[in-house]
Amino acid sequence: MKILVAAKIAASLDEEFELVDARTVDPDFVEWHLNEWDACALEEAVRIREGRAAEGDEVIVVCVGEESAEEGLRGCLANGADRAIRIWDESLPGADALAVASVLAAVARREAPDLVLAGVQSSDAANSATGVAMAGYLALPHVAVVKHLDWDVEAASATVKRELEGGAVELLQVPTPAVLTIQTGINEPRYANLRAIKQAREKPLEELSLAELGLEPAAVATAAGSRTTALTKPAASGRAEMIEGSPAEVAARILELVAARGQG
Amino acid sequence: MSAGVLVVAEARDGELRDVSLELAGSALALSAEGAGPVRILLVDPDPDRLAGALAVDGVEEVLTVASGTESFEPHVWRAAVAAVIDSVDPALVLLGHTVDGFGYGPALAAAGGFGFASDVTAVSWDGSPRARRGAYGDKLEAELEFPDKQRTVLMLRAGAAEPAPATGTAVPARAIEVTLEGVARTERLGLRVAEGDGEVDIAEAEILLSIGRGVDDGGEVERFEELAARLGAQLSVSRPIVDAGWASNARQVGQSGKTVKPRLYLALGISGAVQHLAGIRGAETVVAVNTDPEAPIFAVAHYGAVADLFEVAKELERALA
Repeated sequence: MKILVAAKIAASLDEEFELVDARTVDPDFVEWHLNEWDACALEEAVRIREGRAAEGDEVIVVCVGEESAEEGLRGCLANGADRAIRIWDESLPGADALAVASVLAAVARREAPDLVLAGVQSSDAANSATGVAMAGYLALPHVAVVKHLDWDVEAASATVKRELEGGAVELLQVPTPAVLTIQTGINEPRYANLRAIKQAREKPLEELSLAELGLEPAAVATAAGSRTTALTKPAASGRAEMIEGSPAEVAARILELVAARGQG
Repeated sequence: MSAGVLVVAEARDGELRDVSLELAGSALALSAEGAGPVRILLVDPDPDRLAGALAVDGVEEVLTVASGTESFEPHVWRAAVAAVIDSVDPALVLLGHTVDGFGYGPALAAAGGFGFASDVTAVSWDGSPRARRGAYGDKLEAELEFPDKQRTVLMLRAGAAEPAPATGTAVPARAIEVTLEGVARTERLGLRVAEGDGEVDIAEAEILLSIGRGVDDGGEVERFEELAARLGAQLSVSRPIVDAGWASNARQVGQSGKTVKPRLYLALGISGAVQHLAGIRGAETVVAVNTDPEAPIFAVAHYGAVADLFEVAKELERALA
């Protein structure tokens, strides 16, 4: 049994940041961390493997990202993944969800997993698209926004809860192999202990180029759904009137607002 | 040559969802900019019951596909919409950036080789589509083009556009037969609607004190419940607090929780993820306290303070003691 987990090392911007050109944030102002939704996807995969305790079962984490992503992938290995794959190519910076999904799909073809898990979305781009797009390339069944997963490996069928708007939940069955996108709250990702962190150093972390996956950079570029022409700071209009002062002054102003505007 | 705009309306369990008419409104605006005729597609177990609700002035045609399913199934919707795209050949397809949309939109675009963007907040037409969406957690906005794409699928953020008025004027409707053989199937086993909760109804509260990720200790939640009571408010929470198991789903504000409409919404330690902001559009006054001056919540709040929520909470408690 093999589960492939698609992970992203997501960007968060410092409070102050600068652009180096119209489309690129200065990397000095960016911090990188494992996308929260993907941490839940990985945790779910690791729990399935641990629950079965079967010889040869494997959780593989795959990431499209540059070398700086390795630290995040080591973290995934410390949190229970058996091996990691990182794909990078000089043509990939700025790749959108569909382009990334086309690369991840090539890895899935190579690994032939029984299940693919991805986060619902990433904290930076918030496309909510990569996992399901990957399923589109692979012609696999897919369910998005899964908050409970019960997978019968032998029967090749998963019972999942899909989170709808407004707090409603739909229980449904999907044949596997399938791609499921995992919602936060499905589990609480573990913190690796020192031993696991040490062991992670010994686990395989494979680096692949597009060529090694049999992909042409031009084909990946064609898969991209869009091109970013400009990045801008949102217009300042509509921004809040800021309350200055000490916490006591802020609290006093809040109480004034509650009194003035809170009642009918 | 592909032309026109195809709107994919959305219904759930026999009810048209609000995003449908918002998509129609966006499509009609694009049409006025030269994008061509607007068609609305509804895939549904029984689409005829809802076609009338899509009678919007200026729409060329309402297309219906009977899904042959009991409810939404991602693969069936994807196959049906793909077949209608083949038949109608639109330049632009508009879907809602909704849970059902997430379920098949990206697969539709990937398999079709279409242009694509999701969580789009604004769309325009200048001979070809242009779109705008957030980047880096909505701290920036990205302008997008779709070069070399004959057809583009855009998933529009719910609530981002004004809905087209449903006028009731009859629009020609046409049923399209779609072969769905060989399509993977999911089976709905049950549906659980939001838990009714006797003790709290944040949707009806006049004042909400809402806490989020900034409260990083479950043991503190009770303290904020007490503070809320002293303020004459109800306590509501954002998703991370529910995910951590510190509050019930009944208190959650946002896309996957409740939509609220208080007179005053006091957000403590809530950064303002899109999904959360979707739930507070109806709030009359939003006051936000956050340590991050760039937090997206300040873009929608009327009043804001860059401050530590615990320090402000302490002062509120002192003043109300």
